[in-house]
Amino acid sequence: MGFDQYHEPPEELPADTRTFARLCASLTEEAEAIGWYEQRIAVERDPQAIAIMRDARGEEFKHFSMDLEFLLRRSPQWREIAEGILFQTGDIVEHGEEAEAEASGEDGDASFADDGSGSLGIGSLKGA
Amino acid sequence: MSNHLLRSHAPISDANWKLLDDEARERLAVALAARKLVDFSGPHGWEYSATNLGRIEPLAATPCEGVTAARRQVLPLAEVRAEFALSREELRDDDRGASDADLEALDRAAHQIAVAENRAVFHGWSQASITGISEASPHHGLELGEHPDGYRRPVASAIEQLLRSGISGPYALALGNEQYKRVVETAEQGGYPLLDHLRKIINGDIVWAPGLDGAVVVSQRGGDFLLEVGQDLSIGYLDHDRDVVRFYLEESFSFHVATPEAAVPIKP
Repeated sequence: MGFDQYHEPPEELPADTRTFARLCASLTEEAEAIGWYEQRIAVERDPQAIAIMRDARGEEFKHFSMDLEFLLRRSPQWREIAEGILFQTGDIVEHGEEAEAEASGEDGDASFADDGSGSLGIGSLKGA
Repeated sequence: MSNHLLRSHAPISDANWKLLDDEARERLAVALAARKLVDFSGPHGWEYSATNLGRIEPLAATPCEGVTAARRQVLPLAEVRAEFALSREELRDDDRGASDADLEALDRAAHQIAVAENRAVFHGWSQASITGISEASPHHGLELGEHPDGYRRPVASAIEQLLRSGISGPYALALGNEQYKRVVETAEQGGYPLLDHLRKIINGDIVWAPGLDGAVVVSQRGGDFLLEVGQDLSIGYLDHDRDVVRFYLEESFSFHVATPEAAVPIKP
């Protein structure tokens, strides 16, 4: 428990990378919870219980989306790829391959990724 | 991806580039007040030229009879650039491990370009077809006054005006350089800092906004103000001689107010 979201010694990680890792862990937990509610709702027969779990699952949708948006704001390359895939119609895999091809360069540090464009990667500071 | 910045042509090391990028990022993150308050879209890239406004302008003249015509309205992106020069000797010292390279010219350029973005968002920029938050707002008449002890009343009035207009929170308060300084320096009777008191009134953040004249209370609910960025702030290479390397900080952006009543400007 506690600090297992860190793959490297926490004391060696910069603060913004620790924040990034915490939100990645949170994102994972929200996705797991969505999967659990999906299974519980599928087997439950009590309509009231189903309604409650649907409501709870809605909360997890919100939490997952907020986590994801935070991470995308901190990682321009991830955002660029996501923009090519999310909320599109058509073939998901095809969009994924295209988005990956268009996003050149490798992510640098988590907060200020160098996407190869030379941008400082500042982006939105709302809520920062 | 864009290569118009010509970074690879600059006669400096990778470590120098990291030094400059880190320094610029640090300075800009503090001073880019508008980005702390308005919605952000982008970066859409250097090639991106205009924001879609979703509106049309009817065209009286058409290519032939029997048709009607309209032209799409767009908001062109403006390019802003702040040039600076750094000593090559200083950069060589950085490569030797010096931890105190003189980057004052970069710091000044970062501040200036942040002020430019802030002013365009808060006060508008007519030549770039940008209407600012303050000039778009229908709420006028509030003044901060000379003494910071009097700041509470207009800030509270601004919140009341937003509520009366049906604009929900959370809210944030942006203060110009001089006004922010006065607030930070002021403690009320009993020693309670004015900054904390104002924060309680707006129940939100207070932002230092160099380039803003006076103050503005802005709803943070989202969907009211959009800063759209093509090329986000970047450092490019200009030229060099024996002694100095010249660079520039650059971005392209537009700004659009969707809900003018979602902010209340307060004059100095």
